[in-house]
Amino acid sequence: MKRWLIWVVLGMSLVSLSAQGEYGDVVLNRYADKAGVRPVVFPHWFHRLRFTCNVCHAEGGFKMRAGSNDITMGEIVDGKFCGMCHNGEIAWSAEFCHRCHSGRPGLAGGFYGSQDPSGPSGGGDFYQRRH
Amino acid sequence: MLGQWTLDSKAQAPLGQSQDNWIPLTKDQVHDPRGPGLSELQDPGAGLFELPPHQSGNRVLWAKALDRGAISPRRSLTPNESSKVQVLDMDVLLDLRGSMAVVRFPHKIHTQWLACDNCHDALFKSKVGETKISMYNILQGEQCGLCHGSVAFPLTECSFCHSVERPAPKWRMSQ
Ligand code: HEC
Ligand code: HEC
Ligand code: HEC
Repeated sequence: MKRWLIWVVLGMSLVSLSAQGEYGDVVLNRYADKAGVRPVVFPHWFHRLRFTCNVCHAEGGFKMRAGSNDITMGEIVDGKFCGMCHNGEIAWSAEFCHRCHSGRPGLAGGFYGSQDPSGPSGGGDFYQRRH
Repeated sequence: MLGQWTLDSKAQAPLGQSQDNWIPLTKDQVHDPRGPGLSELQDPGAGLFELPPHQSGNRVLWAKALDRGAISPRRSLTPNESSKVQVLDMDVLLDLRGSMAVVRFPHKIHTQWLACDNCHDALFKSKVGETKISMYNILQGEQCGLCHGSVAFPLTECSFCHSVERPAPKWRMSQ
Protein backbone atom coordinates (compact mmCIF):
# COMPACT_ATOMS: atom_id res chain seq x y z
CA MET A 1 0.00 0.00 0.00
CA LYS A 2 1.27 3.42 -0.85
CA ARG A 3 2.61 5.33 2.16
CA TRP A 4 0.71 8.54 1.53
CA LEU A 5 -2.54 6.67 1.45
CA ILE A 6 -2.01 5.38 4.98
CA TRP A 7 -1.54 8.92 6.24
CA VAL A 8 -4.56 10.20 4.40
CA VAL A 9 -6.74 7.46 5.85
CA LEU A 10 -5.34 7.96 9.36
CA GLY A 11 -5.98 11.66 9.01
CA MET A 12 -9.57 11.01 8.04
CA SER A 13 -10.20 9.01 11.16
CA LEU A 14 -8.79 11.83 13.30
CA VAL A 15 -10.86 14.47 11.58
CA SER A 16 -13.95 12.38 12.08
CA LEU A 17 -13.49 12.69 15.84
CA SER A 18 -13.89 16.46 15.74
CA ALA A 19 -16.62 16.46 13.09
CA GLN A 20 -20.09 17.07 14.48
CA GLY A 21 -23.59 16.18 13.45
CA GLU A 22 -24.65 12.60 12.78
CA TYR A 23 -22.96 10.88 9.85
CA GLY A 24 -24.93 11.71 6.69
CA ASP A 25 -26.60 14.88 7.98
CA VAL A 26 -27.00 17.46 5.20
CA VAL A 27 -27.58 21.16 5.78
CA LEU A 28 -29.65 22.88 3.09
CA ASN A 29 -29.12 26.60 3.11
CA ARG A 30 -29.36 28.18 -0.32
CA TYR A 31 -32.17 30.46 0.76
CA ALA A 32 -33.09 29.79 4.38
CA ASP A 33 -30.65 32.15 6.11
CA LYS A 34 -31.32 34.94 3.63
CA ALA A 35 -35.05 34.48 4.12
CA GLY A 36 -34.65 34.75 7.90
CA VAL A 37 -35.46 31.13 8.80
CA ARG A 38 -33.12 28.53 10.31
CA PRO A 39 -31.21 26.35 7.81
CA VAL A 40 -32.71 22.92 7.11
CA VAL A 41 -31.04 19.80 8.56
CA PHE A 42 -31.81 16.63 6.59
CA PRO A 43 -30.93 13.39 8.46
CA HIS A 44 -30.02 10.52 6.11
CA TRP A 45 -29.90 8.02 8.99
CA PHE A 46 -33.55 8.68 9.94
CA HIS A 47 -34.86 8.41 6.39
CA ARG A 48 -32.87 5.32 5.36
CA LEU A 49 -34.42 3.41 8.23
CA ARG A 50 -37.71 3.92 6.36
CA PHE A 51 -36.89 4.21 2.64
CA THR A 52 -34.19 2.95 0.30
CA CYS A 53 -31.99 5.49 -1.46
CA ASN A 54 -33.65 5.13 -4.87
CA VAL A 55 -36.96 6.46 -3.49
CA CYS A 56 -35.42 9.92 -3.20
CA HIS A 57 -32.51 9.70 -5.62
CA ALA A 58 -34.24 7.96 -8.56
CA GLU A 59 -38.02 8.04 -8.07
CA GLY A 60 -37.91 11.45 -6.38
CA GLY A 61 -36.10 14.39 -7.88
CA PHE A 62 -33.10 14.56 -5.53
CA LYS A 63 -29.79 14.81 -7.37
CA MET A 64 -27.02 12.99 -5.52
CA ARG A 65 -24.77 15.98 -5.09
CA ALA A 66 -24.69 18.18 -2.03
CA GLY A 67 -25.97 21.66 -2.84
CA SER A 68 -27.20 20.76 -6.32
CA ASN A 69 -30.92 20.71 -5.55
CA ASP A 70 -32.70 24.03 -5.83
CA ILE A 71 -35.53 23.64 -3.30
CA THR A 72 -38.15 26.24 -2.41
CA MET A 73 -41.18 26.05 -0.12
CA GLY A 74 -43.44 26.54 -3.13
CA GLU A 75 -42.18 23.29 -4.63
CA ILE A 76 -42.42 21.43 -1.34
CA VAL A 77 -46.07 22.44 -0.95
CA ASP A 78 -46.58 21.35 -4.59
CA GLY A 79 -45.42 17.85 -3.65
CA LYS A 80 -41.87 18.02 -4.98
CA PHE A 81 -38.61 17.25 -3.08
CA CYS A 82 -39.38 16.88 0.64
CA GLY A 83 -43.02 17.48 -0.26
CA MET A 84 -43.30 14.13 -2.07
CA CYS A 85 -43.66 12.68 1.44
CA HIS A 86 -44.13 15.60 3.80
CA ASN A 87 -47.68 16.13 2.59
CA GLY A 88 -49.70 14.94 5.58
CA GLU A 89 -50.06 11.46 4.05
CA ILE A 90 -46.74 9.62 3.93
CA ALA A 91 -45.26 11.93 6.58
CA TRP A 92 -46.34 15.03 8.49
CA SER A 93 -46.91 18.08 6.32
CA ALA A 94 -44.96 21.28 5.65
CA GLU A 95 -46.78 23.17 8.38
CA PHE A 96 -44.32 21.82 11.00
CA CYS A 97 -41.69 24.36 10.00
CA HIS A 98 -39.34 23.87 12.94
CA ARG A 99 -38.83 20.16 12.45
CA CYS A 100 -37.02 20.83 9.16
CA HIS A 101 -35.75 24.35 9.88
CA SER A 102 -33.76 23.21 12.90
CA GLY A 103 -30.16 24.18 12.05
CA ARG A 104 -27.93 26.73 13.70
CA PRO A 105 -28.28 30.06 11.87
CA GLY A 106 -25.35 30.75 9.56
CA LEU A 107 -24.35 27.12 8.89
CA ALA A 108 -22.99 26.56 5.39
CA GLY A 109 -24.82 24.01 3.26
CA GLY A 110 -23.32 20.55 2.76
CA PHE A 111 -22.60 17.30 4.58
CA TYR A 112 -21.71 17.24 8.25
CA GLY A 113 -20.49 14.46 10.46
CA SER A 114 -18.69 12.91 7.51
CA GLN A 115 -15.18 11.67 7.13
CA ASP A 116 -13.10 14.17 5.25
CA PRO A 117 -11.86 12.54 2.06
CA SER A 118 -9.26 15.23 1.47
CA GLY A 119 -7.25 14.35 4.56
CA PRO A 120 -5.95 16.09 7.67
CA SER A 121 -5.57 19.56 6.18
CA GLY A 122 -8.96 19.68 4.52
CA GLY A 123 -11.05 19.40 7.67
CA GLY A 124 -11.83 21.86 10.38
CA ASP A 125 -14.05 21.90 13.36
CA PHE A 126 -16.73 20.71 11.07
CA TYR A 127 -16.10 19.02 7.89
CA GLN A 128 -18.49 20.26 5.24
CA ARG A 129 -18.63 18.46 2.01
CA ARG A 130 -19.23 20.52 -1.09
CA HIS A 131 -18.24 19.84 -4.65
CA MET B 1 -25.65 -7.21 43.01
CA LEU B 2 -27.35 -4.59 40.94
CA GLY B 3 -24.04 -3.68 39.28
CA GLN B 4 -23.44 -7.28 38.37
CA TRP B 5 -26.88 -7.69 36.97
CA THR B 6 -26.36 -4.67 34.71
CA LEU B 7 -23.07 -6.06 33.47
CA ASP B 8 -24.55 -9.44 32.72
CA SER B 9 -27.54 -8.08 30.87
CA LYS B 10 -25.21 -6.04 28.69
CA ALA B 11 -23.01 -9.01 27.95
CA GLN B 12 -26.01 -11.03 26.89
CA ALA B 13 -27.49 -8.40 24.62
CA PRO B 14 -27.30 -10.00 21.17
CA LEU B 15 -26.97 -6.68 19.36
CA GLY B 16 -26.88 -3.07 20.19
CA GLN B 17 -24.82 -0.56 22.10
CA SER B 18 -25.34 2.34 24.50
CA GLN B 19 -27.26 5.33 23.20
CA ASP B 20 -24.47 7.49 24.66
CA ASN B 21 -22.28 6.46 21.74
CA TRP B 22 -24.11 9.03 19.61
CA ILE B 23 -24.13 12.79 20.08
CA PRO B 24 -27.61 14.07 21.03
CA LEU B 25 -29.16 16.68 18.71
CA THR B 26 -28.88 19.42 21.33
CA LYS B 27 -25.08 19.02 21.41
CA ASP B 28 -24.25 18.16 17.82
CA GLN B 29 -23.46 21.79 16.87
CA VAL B 30 -25.49 21.42 13.69
CA HIS B 31 -28.94 21.74 15.26
CA ASP B 32 -29.82 25.00 17.02
CA PRO B 33 -30.36 24.02 20.69
CA ARG B 34 -32.91 26.86 20.95
CA GLY B 35 -34.89 25.61 17.98
CA PRO B 36 -38.51 24.99 19.01
CA GLY B 37 -38.72 21.82 16.90
CA LEU B 38 -35.78 20.04 18.51
CA SER B 39 -37.77 18.32 21.24
CA GLU B 40 -39.97 16.76 18.55
CA LEU B 41 -37.03 15.13 16.77
CA GLN B 42 -35.41 11.78 17.53
CA ASP B 43 -31.80 11.55 18.73
CA PRO B 44 -29.65 9.32 16.50
CA GLY B 45 -28.81 7.09 19.48
CA ALA B 46 -32.47 6.36 20.15
CA GLY B 47 -33.06 5.39 16.53
CA LEU B 48 -29.90 3.37 15.94
CA PHE B 49 -28.73 1.68 19.14
CA GLU B 50 -30.50 -1.61 18.54
CA LEU B 51 -29.05 -2.21 15.08
CA PRO B 52 -25.94 -4.34 14.39
CA PRO B 53 -23.09 -2.25 15.85
CA HIS B 54 -20.05 -0.86 14.11
CA GLN B 55 -17.32 1.63 14.99
CA SER B 56 -17.54 4.15 12.15
CA GLY B 57 -20.12 6.08 10.11
CA ASN B 58 -23.53 5.82 11.74
CA ARG B 59 -22.03 3.18 14.10
CA VAL B 60 -24.32 0.70 12.42
CA LEU B 61 -23.73 -2.03 9.85
CA TRP B 62 -26.54 -1.10 7.49
CA ALA B 63 -26.05 -4.06 5.18
CA LYS B 64 -26.35 -6.48 8.07
CA ALA B 65 -29.39 -4.66 9.47
CA LEU B 66 -31.11 -5.07 6.11
CA ASP B 67 -29.99 -8.66 5.69
CA ARG B 68 -31.30 -9.68 9.11
CA GLY B 69 -34.60 -7.92 8.58
CA ALA B 70 -33.88 -5.57 11.50
CA ILE B 71 -35.05 -2.81 9.14
CA SER B 72 -37.28 -3.01 6.09
CA PRO B 73 -37.12 0.31 4.27
CA ARG B 74 -39.77 0.96 1.66
CA ARG B 75 -38.48 0.50 -1.91
CA SER B 76 -40.85 2.82 -3.76
CA LEU B 77 -43.83 5.10 -3.34
CA THR B 78 -45.77 3.93 -6.39
CA PRO B 79 -46.36 0.41 -7.74
CA ASN B 80 -45.21 1.57 -11.15
CA GLU B 81 -41.82 2.45 -9.77
CA SER B 82 -41.39 -0.73 -7.75
CA SER B 83 -41.13 -2.75 -10.96
CA LYS B 84 -38.00 -0.76 -11.84
CA VAL B 85 -36.03 -1.80 -8.79
CA GLN B 86 -34.56 -5.27 -8.87
CA VAL B 87 -31.74 -7.01 -7.07
CA LEU B 88 -28.73 -8.12 -9.12
CA ASP B 89 -26.53 -10.76 -7.48
CA MET B 90 -23.21 -10.33 -9.27
CA ASP B 91 -19.76 -9.57 -7.88
CA VAL B 92 -17.17 -7.66 -9.86
CA LEU B 93 -13.48 -7.91 -8.96
CA LEU B 94 -11.54 -4.66 -9.31
CA ASP B 95 -8.02 -3.35 -8.77
CA LEU B 96 -6.55 -6.61 -10.00
CA ARG B 97 -3.03 -5.23 -10.31
CA GLY B 98 -2.81 -3.08 -7.18
CA SER B 99 -0.74 -3.80 -4.10
CA MET B 100 -3.67 -4.02 -1.68
CA ALA B 101 -6.05 -6.97 -1.54
CA VAL B 102 -8.31 -7.18 -4.62
CA VAL B 103 -11.57 -5.20 -4.44
CA ARG B 104 -14.84 -7.12 -4.54
CA PHE B 105 -17.80 -4.98 -5.60
CA PRO B 106 -21.06 -6.74 -4.69
CA HIS B 107 -23.99 -5.65 -6.87
CA LYS B 108 -26.37 -7.39 -4.51
CA ILE B 109 -26.19 -5.10 -1.49
CA HIS B 110 -26.02 -2.02 -3.72
CA THR B 111 -29.13 -2.98 -5.67
CA GLN B 112 -30.98 -3.67 -2.43
CA TRP B 113 -30.71 0.06 -1.72
CA LEU B 114 -30.34 1.70 -5.12
CA ALA B 115 -31.74 1.62 -8.65
CA CYS B 116 -29.41 0.78 -11.56
CA ASP B 117 -29.59 4.32 -12.92
CA ASN B 118 -28.24 5.80 -9.69
CA CYS B 119 -24.83 4.60 -10.91
CA HIS B 120 -25.16 3.60 -14.59
CA ASP B 121 -23.96 5.18 -16.73
CA ALA B 122 -23.27 8.58 -15.23
CA LEU B 123 -20.90 7.40 -12.47
CA PHE B 124 -19.84 4.00 -13.83
CA LYS B 125 -20.14 2.49 -17.32
CA SER B 126 -22.07 -0.78 -17.51
CA LYS B 127 -19.13 -2.73 -18.89
CA VAL B 128 -16.38 -4.09 -16.63
CA GLY B 129 -13.10 -2.26 -17.22
CA GLU B 130 -14.62 0.70 -19.04
CA THR B 131 -14.37 3.07 -16.08
CA LYS B 132 -11.00 3.94 -14.64
CA ILE B 133 -11.50 3.98 -10.89
CA SER B 134 -8.76 5.40 -8.71
CA MET B 135 -8.22 5.83 -4.98
CA TYR B 136 -7.39 9.46 -5.73
CA ASN B 137 -10.87 10.10 -7.17
CA ILE B 138 -12.52 8.13 -4.37
CA LEU B 139 -10.76 10.20 -1.69
CA GLN B 140 -12.00 13.35 -3.45
CA GLY B 141 -15.58 12.20 -2.92
CA GLU B 142 -16.07 10.93 -6.47
CA GLN B 143 -16.87 7.42 -7.79
CA CYS B 144 -17.23 5.02 -4.79
CA GLY B 145 -16.38 7.98 -2.56
CA LEU B 146 -19.55 9.83 -3.47
CA CYS B 147 -21.55 7.65 -1.08
CA HIS B 148 -18.73 6.06 0.94
CA GLY B 149 -17.68 9.03 3.04
CA SER B 150 -21.03 10.80 3.06
CA VAL B 151 -23.83 8.27 3.68
CA ALA B 152 -22.54 4.70 3.34
CA PHE B 153 -19.68 3.27 5.45
CA PRO B 154 -16.65 5.57 5.29
CA LEU B 155 -13.27 5.16 3.60
CA THR B 156 -11.52 4.26 6.84
CA GLU B 157 -12.88 0.70 6.34
CA CYS B 158 -10.22 -0.36 3.79
CA SER B 159 -10.80 -4.08 4.25
CA PHE B 160 -14.54 -3.98 3.55
CA CYS B 161 -13.68 -3.33 -0.11
CA HIS B 162 -10.13 -4.69 -0.34
CA SER B 163 -11.36 -8.06 0.78
CA VAL B 164 -9.95 -10.70 -1.57
CA GLU B 165 -6.41 -11.76 -0.72
CA ARG B 166 -4.02 -12.10 -3.63
CA PRO B 167 -2.18 -15.37 -4.07
CA ALA B 168 1.30 -15.10 -2.52
CA PRO B 169 3.96 -14.05 -5.03
CA LYS B 170 6.07 -16.87 -6.50
CA TRP B 171 9.30 -15.93 -4.77
CA ARG B 172 7.66 -16.29 -1.41
CA MET B 173 6.07 -19.63 -2.22
CA SER B 174 9.42 -21.11 -3.18
CA GLN B 175 10.91 -20.28 0.22
C1 HEC C 1 -40.24 18.95 5.17
C2 HEC C 1 -39.27 19.93 5.50
C3 HEC C 1 -39.68 21.40 5.55
C4 HEC C 1 -40.72 21.96 6.25
C5 HEC C 1 -41.70 21.24 7.14
C6 HEC C 1 -40.67 23.36 6.00
N1 HEC C 1 -39.63 23.67 5.19
FE1 HEC C 1 -39.10 25.53 4.56
N2 HEC C 1 -37.64 24.72 3.43
C7 HEC C 1 -37.29 23.39 3.38
C8 HEC C 1 -36.17 23.21 2.49
C9 HEC C 1 -35.49 21.90 2.17
C10 HEC C 1 -35.85 24.50 1.99
C11 HEC C 1 -34.69 24.89 1.07
C12 HEC C 1 -33.56 25.32 2.01
C13 HEC C 1 -32.47 26.09 1.37
O1 HEC C 1 -31.83 25.58 0.45
O2 HEC C 1 -32.21 27.23 1.82
C14 HEC C 1 -36.79 25.42 2.60
C15 HEC C 1 -36.80 26.79 2.37
C16 HEC C 1 -37.58 27.70 3.03
C17 HEC C 1 -37.53 29.14 2.84
C18 HEC C 1 -36.63 29.88 1.85
C19 HEC C 1 -37.01 29.55 0.42
C20 HEC C 1 -38.39 29.95 0.06
O3 HEC C 1 -39.09 29.13 -0.55
O4 HEC C 1 -38.82 31.06 0.42
C21 HEC C 1 -38.45 29.68 3.69
C22 HEC C 1 -38.77 31.15 3.87
C23 HEC C 1 -39.07 28.58 4.42
N3 HEC C 1 -38.53 27.40 3.98
C24 HEC C 1 -40.06 28.74 5.36
C25 HEC C 1 -40.78 27.68 5.89
C26 HEC C 1 -41.93 27.84 6.77
C27 HEC C 1 -42.49 29.19 7.22
C28 HEC C 1 -42.37 26.60 7.06
C29 HEC C 1 -43.60 26.21 7.87
C30 HEC C 1 -44.86 26.73 7.39
C31 HEC C 1 -41.48 25.66 6.42
N4 HEC C 1 -40.54 26.35 5.71
C32 HEC C 1 -41.57 24.27 6.54
C33 HEC C 1 -37.89 22.35 4.06
C34 HEC C 1 -38.99 22.49 4.88
C1 HEC D 1 -35.65 10.93 2.03
C2 HEC D 1 -34.81 11.24 0.92
C3 HEC D 1 -33.42 10.64 0.82
C4 HEC D 1 -33.08 9.32 0.95
C5 HEC D 1 -33.97 8.13 1.28
C6 HEC D 1 -31.67 9.25 0.70
N1 HEC D 1 -31.18 10.48 0.40
FE1 HEC D 1 -29.29 10.93 -0.16
N2 HEC D 1 -29.73 12.91 -0.24
C7 HEC D 1 -30.97 13.44 0.09
C8 HEC D 1 -30.84 14.89 0.14
C9 HEC D 1 -31.96 15.86 0.48
C10 HEC D 1 -29.50 15.20 -0.18
C11 HEC D 1 -28.84 16.59 -0.27
C12 HEC D 1 -29.01 17.16 -1.64
C13 HEC D 1 -28.54 18.58 -1.75
O1 HEC D 1 -27.75 19.05 -0.91
O2 HEC D 1 -28.95 19.26 -2.72
C14 HEC D 1 -28.83 13.92 -0.44
C15 HEC D 1 -27.51 13.81 -0.85
C16 HEC D 1 -26.89 12.60 -1.09
C17 HEC D 1 -25.56 12.44 -1.64
C18 HEC D 1 -24.62 13.55 -2.08
C19 HEC D 1 -23.28 13.43 -1.40
C20 HEC D 1 -22.31 14.48 -1.81
O3 HEC D 1 -21.20 14.45 -1.29
O4 HEC D 1 -22.61 15.33 -2.63
C21 HEC D 1 -25.31 11.11 -1.69
C22 HEC D 1 -24.08 10.40 -2.21
C23 HEC D 1 -26.47 10.43 -1.17
N3 HEC D 1 -27.42 11.36 -0.82
C24 HEC D 1 -26.56 9.07 -1.04
C25 HEC D 1 -27.65 8.41 -0.49
C26 HEC D 1 -27.66 7.00 -0.22
C27 HEC D 1 -26.52 6.04 -0.49
C28 HEC D 1 -28.89 6.72 0.29
C29 HEC D 1 -29.42 5.40 0.77
C30 HEC D 1 -28.66 4.71 1.76
C31 HEC D 1 -29.63 7.96 0.32
N4 HEC D 1 -28.84 8.97 -0.14
C32 HEC D 1 -30.94 8.08 0.74
C33 HEC D 1 -32.13 12.74 0.30
C34 HEC D 1 -32.22 11.37 0.47
C1 HEC E 1 -39.51 9.40 0.75
C2 HEC E 1 -40.28 10.16 1.69
C3 HEC E 1 -39.63 11.35 2.36
C4 HEC E 1 -38.95 12.41 1.80
C5 HEC E 1 -38.69 12.63 0.32
C6 HEC E 1 -38.55 13.26 2.86
N1 HEC E 1 -38.96 12.75 4.06
FE1 HEC E 1 -38.57 13.52 5.90
N2 HEC E 1 -39.62 12.00 6.75
C7 HEC E 1 -40.30 11.01 6.08
C8 HEC E 1 -40.99 10.18 7.04
C9 HEC E 1 -41.85 8.96 6.73
C10 HEC E 1 -40.71 10.70 8.31
C11 HEC E 1 -41.25 10.18 9.64
C12 HEC E 1 -42.60 10.75 9.83
C13 HEC E 1 -43.23 10.34 11.13
O1 HEC E 1 -42.50 9.88 12.02
O2 HEC E 1 -44.43 10.50 11.24
C14 HEC E 1 -39.85 11.86 8.09
C15 HEC E 1 -39.34 12.64 9.11
C16 HEC E 1 -38.52 13.75 8.92
C17 HEC E 1 -37.92 14.52 9.97
C18 HEC E 1 -38.08 14.26 11.46
C19 HEC E 1 -37.03 13.30 11.96
C20 HEC E 1 -37.22 13.00 13.42
O3 HEC E 1 -36.23 13.11 14.16
O4 HEC E 1 -38.35 12.69 13.81
C21 HEC E 1 -37.25 15.55 9.39
C22 HEC E 1 -36.45 16.64 10.09
C23 HEC E 1 -37.41 15.42 7.97
N3 HEC E 1 -38.17 14.29 7.72
C24 HEC E 1 -36.88 16.28 7.05
C25 HEC E 1 -36.98 16.12 5.69
C26 HEC E 1 -36.46 17.04 4.72
C27 HEC E 1 -35.75 18.34 5.06
C28 HEC E 1 -36.71 16.52 3.50
C29 HEC E 1 -36.33 17.09 2.15
C30 HEC E 1 -34.94 17.49 1.98
C31 HEC E 1 -37.41 15.26 3.70
N4 HEC E 1 -37.57 15.05 5.04
C32 HEC E 1 -37.84 14.43 2.68
C33 HEC E 1 -40.30 10.81 4.73
C34 HEC E 1 -39.66 11.60 3.79
